[in-house]
Amino acid sequence: MAQRPGLAKGADRSLGADGCKADSMTETVVPATIVPTRTDLFLGYAKAGLFGFGGVAAWARRIIVEERRWLTEREYAEVLGLGQVLPGPNVGNAAVMVGRRFHGFTGALCTSAGLYIGPLCILLLLAAFYEAYGQVPRIGALMQGIAAAAAGMVIGTAIKMGSRLKAPPEMVALGLLAAVAAFWWRVPLPLIILGLGPIGIFCAYRRQSSVAAR
Amino acid sequence: MVWGLFVVFATISLIAVGGATSSLNEIHRQLVENRGWLDDRTFGQLFALAQAAPGPNVLAVSLFGYWIAGLPGLAASTAGMLLPAGTLAFVIGGLAQRLKGHPALKAINGGLVPLAVGLILAGGITIAETAAVHGWGWIAMTVASAAFVWRTNYSPLWMLACGAVLGLIIG
Repeated sequence: MAQRPGLAKGADRSLGADGCKADSMTETVVPATIVPTRTDLFLGYAKAGLFGFGGVAAWARRIIVEERRWLTEREYAEVLGLGQVLPGPNVGNAAVMVGRRFHGFTGALCTSAGLYIGPLCILLLLAAFYEAYGQVPRIGALMQGIAAAAAGMVIGTAIKMGSRLKAPPEMVALGLLAAVAAFWWRVPLPLIILGLGPIGIFCAYRRQSSVAAR
Repeated sequence: MVWGLFVVFATISLIAVGGATSSLNEIHRQLVENRGWLDDRTFGQLFALAQAAPGPNVLAVSLFGYWIAGLPGLAASTAGMLLPAGTLAFVIGGLAQRLKGHPALKAINGGLVPLAVGLILAGGITIAETAAVHGWGWIAMTVASAAFVWRTNYSPLWMLACGAVLGLIIG
């Protein structure tokens, strides 16, 4: 890794080892960020992909901000925020933008390839296993148990996200309406987004301007 | 079929607000209900397999594609899901400095996140339904797992392991 000289080794260790300490340090000291090479980009994102069980968001932030210091906490939050507004996978979008920021098109290819290739290989192995043994009753039952738990994982994530938002009542209503439309009424996703999206954005905009006016 | 997979996922890619999981319900609608390329049980189990593996959640899509049409299906579904959104992110990434903190961006995000949460919930219930037809034990597992993820910060992998054990016992 192309590390900038003059970076104290002790500081390095405390940053990597302890997340809380890293946060307090970024407040007080302006952290020196490091410009990664294309190989660094690939390897950093490969690590995030392979370590990220149940989603890679937490690992990507940890590696980019704390471990390798390509971006400051604030810079990464901005990139991720933009990735959330755009359609498609949030962290994947952020990976494209991080890669582009340092090395343009090839940088974006390196981060994306790093993020997806390792996990894809593991998935193929698992798929081959499932193909061979999925019809065995005991394995089928085992997979059914994991599916039941995975469903709960997704539902729990939705509840957690929803309760953290502290959304005003009209936003809660919109979210629930989207859920009902998608699950019970089987409304196609494009119609839900085109129908409820503008309403949501309008409500958020009105809230924003009323807060600004106060 | 391979081209069909690409078209389905390329469309979803451009409207999947707030991440890949929010489009799970739509993916089920397209692959299971409209086209009959997968049955309910396989859909739920392939999703579970993807959750048990490391990596971005979006890769469940690759697994669906692989199951439906082999390696070409995997390539088509993965490219369909990643390329349109990735291209958009690349273009917008160039404007990132000018866009950051823009009030319109905040309003768009604030307005779409509640929708995304609702859609993720719908996706979770869709998967739960594929598992629940097999009895009360599975429903209890889903509820316990939801509560675990909601109320604690432990890795959700523990719940997947519990699900596997429960499956072996009552299945």
